[in-house]
Amino acid sequence: MTTISPLAKLCASGILGVVLLLSLDPVSAMVALLFELALLPWAGVPARRLLRILIPLLIAAPFAGLATLLYGRGVGEVLVVLGPWEITSGEAELALAITLRVLAVALPAVVLFATTDPTDLADGLAQLWKLPARFVIGALAAIRMLGLMRQDWHMLRLARRARGVADGGGPIAALVRLGNQALALLTIAVRRGSLLATAMEARAFDAPVTRTWAREAKFTARDGWFVCGAAVIAIIAVMMAVMTGAWNFVIS
Amino acid sequence: MATLSAQGWGWQFAARPAPALKNISFDITQGERVLLLGASGVGKSTLLRAVAGVLGEDEGTASGGLTLDGNTPESCRGTVGLVLQDPENQVILERVGDDVAFGCENLGIDREEIWHRVDEALGLVGLDVPLTRSTSALSGGQKQRLALAGVLAMKPGIIALDEPTANLDPAGAIALKHAVTQVADATGATIVMVEHRVDLWWDFATRIIVLGPNGVLWDGAPSALPEETASVLESAGVWLPHKQIHSSTHHVGSTVLLSAQNLQVGYPGSPMVSKEVNIHVRAGEILAITGPNGAGKTALALTLGGLIPTQSGAVIAASELQGSASGITPLKWRSRELLSRIGSVFQAPEQQFIAATVREELAAGPKALKLPSVEVKKRVAELLERLHLTELADAHPFTLSGGQQRRLSVGTALATKPQLLILDEPTFGQDAVTWTEMVSLLSELRAEGCGIVAITHDADFVAAVADTVLELGGEK
Repeated sequence: MTTISPLAKLCASGILGVVLLLSLDPVSAMVALLFELALLPWAGVPARRLLRILIPLLIAAPFAGLATLLYGRGVGEVLVVLGPWEITSGEAELALAITLRVLAVALPAVVLFATTDPTDLADGLAQLWKLPARFVIGALAAIRMLGLMRQDWHMLRLARRARGVADGGGPIAALVRLGNQALALLTIAVRRGSLLATAMEARAFDAPVTRTWAREAKFTARDGWFVCGAAVIAIIAVMMAVMTGAWNFVIS
Repeated sequence: MATLSAQGWGWQFAARPAPALKNISFDITQGERVLLLGASGVGKSTLLRAVAGVLGEDEGTASGGLTLDGNTPESCRGTVGLVLQDPENQVILERVGDDVAFGCENLGIDREEIWHRVDEALGLVGLDVPLTRSTSALSGGQKQRLALAGVLAMKPGIIALDEPTANLDPAGAIALKHAVTQVADATGATIVMVEHRVDLWWDFATRIIVLGPNGVLWDGAPSALPEETASVLESAGVWLPHKQIHSSTHHVGSTVLLSAQNLQVGYPGSPMVSKEVNIHVRAGEILAITGPNGAGKTALALTLGGLIPTQSGAVIAASELQGSASGITPLKWRSRELLSRIGSVFQAPEQQFIAATVREELAAGPKALKLPSVEVKKRVAELLERLHLTELADAHPFTLSGGQQRRLSVGTALATKPQLLILDEPTFGQDAVTWTEMVSLLSELRAEGCGIVAITHDADFVAAVADTVLELGGEK
């Protein structure tokens, strides 16, 4: 999976996402999800890491469903009454559909991006899709700075403790301190950013010549087939939903 | 081939009342190896950035002329390559090979030629790692050589280096000098360099240009520097080699303030853990901690300062230091309790600044201790004077030069008169005058009974003031 062009992955998860958002039925989402789960072992992500990146999703999806279950419009017969909440069959069906849909849309996106190196994505975006190099490289350099910002935040906290301004004064003072620290982080980030910009400029970044690329980003036949595969899954999912009569087009 | 020429050049930063540099004139021809010297804050880095054409028009205004073969530096991108002081802020991309190739790509060099140059540049600077190695996995010294390789791959006529060894340990500094020498020999590039470690670079330089507040103070071959001029320059703050360091008599401290038992240190969440150390910090004694980059010196300073937890072993405050504070573990103290007991000065001064002016910065600690305002004012005025910051009292701390920021951060710790001071690289970026002032300031504090721990790469500083030296090993 790591050898597939990041642009192909972007297209594939885009196709699945757009198609699955066209309808709110449990069938198409279920079909797509089953295909995705079946393909998961070939994603090239070790099980442990896979679990770690999927946990937020596995937690969030049922909550999206739960919200629908409790606060949806009451359609159909009442199934259960839980205190102030009446759960109807319509709500239950919609809740299931939403949970499945969140999973089916997010799963490929999360897995595909976990297997993508930002550098390769930048190469593809700039060379194949001709996005401005200034923007793509700038974003790439910024991603690298995020790690430094985390370190800065930690050191700022320690520094504030050493300067005697890290405690006392109750919760409001604590909030003010947090705000000040965030402001300091911003100041340092801007400073780091401008230093990095200087370093980039010193290496002729944005010079008035046509930029070349040290590595060629390619979109191979294999990448093409990968995108087609995603399209086929989307088509099968839609067909199954239409055939079972579950399909309901959201824009109607 | 490029001739770099300045004709009465000057620069004034937008927010400052006086020009940073004025009346700078020189002609530097191809292949010269120039060492730019001058007192702290005289504008050495500013000049280098101007030469590299990265001094923005929005930052201030230039006067006079500065040209490369008759053109402005901004119009000949790629002719001058600039290596900055902090290796951390000039790594641009995630992979070693890409980072070196970056400048070539911007100059529109052909793909095949780029990779040829990348290999050549990495070879010349002696960085023998795979091209796909993550740049964040490199040590400080390696990052600095990476930056040099990135500049080198652009085949610049002039290489400008701004304190390239400032963040490196002695071994890393020697390796970098070796790399620069090899590059200069192999390419014939002109080298223009700002450096505090003049001893290291003296034999490398073919010319020194000394900058002063009103123009060039002296310009010529290092060997031609007259004795009397040298002493005038030194008293103006300019570092010159072979300055005699009077090593002080060793003081034996009295009471133990803080001890570390079987202590291993490391950053929270990081698998790197230092070797075990046992330390006694005494009142009236200066303990210097030395060792290579990555040995855990900074983590040790933070641990002793009660800021991060120990990895194993214990840091224990003696009753003299503890006083009315809660418990013997500094980590458990409240921030304000720490303030009058242990003062910590971090490696990066910027992280420690909390106020909008130099004056407020110095006043922040005493105010947190709720001292009377007369006393706060007195302490601030004293420190401004001693640290040569009076003229900058109303400037924003972030606008100061590297050396000035360092003095300010030391000042903020001194302002609360803690019993124990922990300083990470206290002499970083100081000129000859402010260095001497820092040394005498710390000696006075020692005489007053303050315990001092100094993390340092500065061998002269160790010779001048250290009473005990602890060498922290590289590997665990």
